[in-house]
Amino acid sequence: MTTVLHLEAVSRRFGERQVLQDVTFDVVAGRMTGFVGANGAGKTTTMRIILGVLAADAGTVTWQGTPLTRAVRRGFGYMPEERGLYPKMTVRDQLIYLSRLHGLGPGTAKRNAEALIERLSLGERAGDPLENLSLGNQQRAQIAAALVHEPEVLVLDEPFSGLDPLAVDTVVAVLRERTARGVPVLFSSHQLDVVERLCDDLVIIAGGQIRAAGPRQHLRESYAQPRYTLHVDGDAGWLRDELGVSLVDLDGPRAVFDLAGDADDQTILRNALSRGPVRSFGPVTPSLAEIFREVTR
Amino acid sequence: MNTSAATRLVAGRELKVKLRDKTFVFSTLFFLLFAVGATVLPAMFGGGPSSVAVADESLAPKLREAGLKVRVVADPERLVRDGDVDAAVVAGPQVLAMTDAPGDVVRALSTEPEVRLLDPDAVEPVVGFLVAFVFAMVFFFTSLTFGLQIAQSVTEEKQTRMVEILVAAVPVRALLAGKVLAGGILALAQVALIALVTIVGAQLTDGGSDLLPVLAPALVWFVPFFVFGFVMLAALWAAVGALVNRQEDIGGASTPVQLVVMLPFFAVIFLRDNALVMTIMSYVPFSSPTAMPVRLFDGDAAGWEPFVSLAVLAISAAVTLAAGARLYEGSLLRTNGRTSWASAWRDREMQRL
Repeated sequence: MTTVLHLEAVSRRFGERQVLQDVTFDVVAGRMTGFVGANGAGKTTTMRIILGVLAADAGTVTWQGTPLTRAVRRGFGYMPEERGLYPKMTVRDQLIYLSRLHGLGPGTAKRNAEALIERLSLGERAGDPLENLSLGNQQRAQIAAALVHEPEVLVLDEPFSGLDPLAVDTVVAVLRERTARGVPVLFSSHQLDVVERLCDDLVIIAGGQIRAAGPRQHLRESYAQPRYTLHVDGDAGWLRDELGVSLVDLDGPRAVFDLAGDADDQTILRNALSRGPVRSFGPVTPSLAEIFREVTR
Repeated sequence: MNTSAATRLVAGRELKVKLRDKTFVFSTLFFLLFAVGATVLPAMFGGGPSSVAVADESLAPKLREAGLKVRVVADPERLVRDGDVDAAVVAGPQVLAMTDAPGDVVRALSTEPEVRLLDPDAVEPVVGFLVAFVFAMVFFFTSLTFGLQIAQSVTEEKQTRMVEILVAAVPVRALLAGKVLAGGILALAQVALIALVTIVGAQLTDGGSDLLPVLAPALVWFVPFFVFGFVMLAALWAAVGALVNRQEDIGGASTPVQLVVMLPFFAVIFLRDNALVMTIMSYVPFSSPTAMPVRLFDGDAAGWEPFVSLAVLAISAAVTLAAGARLYEGSLLRTNGRTSWASAWRDREMQRL
């Protein structure tokens, strides 16, 4: 059995507003699950319910098959959307304090803190109060705070916002180390290109409802339209007269087109070759942004 | 990890932060210096027996007997004028001094009539007022300053959103208990340190040796009253801190709490002579921490009275702590604007988790 964090029909309303409606998805151990949705779609509420900072009106969250209790959640790592650490406490002290609060002994807490400080290149600033650090370094400290107690599940709300590209790479590498050890990681992001590059699985939420969930590659294939791109040496205008082809875009030797259900892509390719050299030909896989637009429409 | 272990960790952090806080350290040092100054300095400047010069050898034994330093010289007046001695006794007998009449010299030469006190246990009015003032002051200042610090520490966690990480890790009650515990320990330690320095200073300079035995019973009662009274107010301060989102808003939100601290303070000082009011106040939870020890010091309270009053206070503290915890839980995670007391009371989100 794979170990999963499983949400089953989780619902929540704030007053008159239904914020989450029957939210069901899995976060599988050892995989990075990207959590994508517009502002107000319900990402943060979902994460807060997983962490037990908010209650669900209905539905359950289970980890390895058992419903979450405070003791189980203490083994989770959480990075809230709104950042917060003690401004006047040193980075090292807060990391040690937080891992102690999560139940680690003083020795392990100190070792973990030092290791993460080193790993996230915070060494020089570890003895400084947090408020004296640059925003980027504060963000790294925040990530360290979520990781310092060796959590068995990671829930990160917008972990990459405010990080420069180099820092994103460092953080991603650290997160990959965790997934390699079998930790499931759920992270939300507005930056679809970052999600596209990082996630193994994808959950798309809109209006409090899950619109799509599953392995990224799977989603791309299932949302792929019968769309192709062709690059020849001459003009590609002849495609207009091919049976079953509707042109999406034509720019001299380059064309993007959809094929009707019964048309054969190989026939088109042969016709193209008979007219001259073909530089490229293939199906167009939709980008995450396109899938996102498609499912949230 | 259970709630008590989490409470200890939270309290440990609060203590560490406070002990490194320069404002706290300097204010404690200032209070200590003040205590030393108030007890030691008057003795140093006003201190010591007077030195006295006489021309007539026969007066010397009587003065020496009174513990004075006696010099026999030909021209005593010149020594007084030169400042070599405090006073001189010349024929008459007449006492010479520069500006103030030297009481000890005068007493040594006079015969005092026998005094019979009809109420020997009664406290001098001035001393009685001072004791009431000190008790009220200590309770007022510590519950105000340490209470405010508890509120600030709660608000800091809300303002920086630290609270969301904390709530995900430990029970909310452990956060509250840790803060109240740390505040209580610091308050009690600071007061005890200042009291110790004052008493030692008074003992060394012989100033308080008469007062201490009289003060002791009231002092022994003051400690438990102080502890329960502090916990009661601290719970309210923590609730105030949770209601607001910014440090600047604590002042406004804490007005009701400030009132229940301030009103008893002035009432105990100004209505001390009104026996009926003092009796009532010694049972009302917010004023009993000062009113009861004062009545004990004045000898107005029967032996059973402090027990009943303390029981009332302890129950009130428990009730207030529960109410404060409910308000704290109901407002801690509400980060949009200031939460009203009523909506904090009604919010039962935490109970559903």
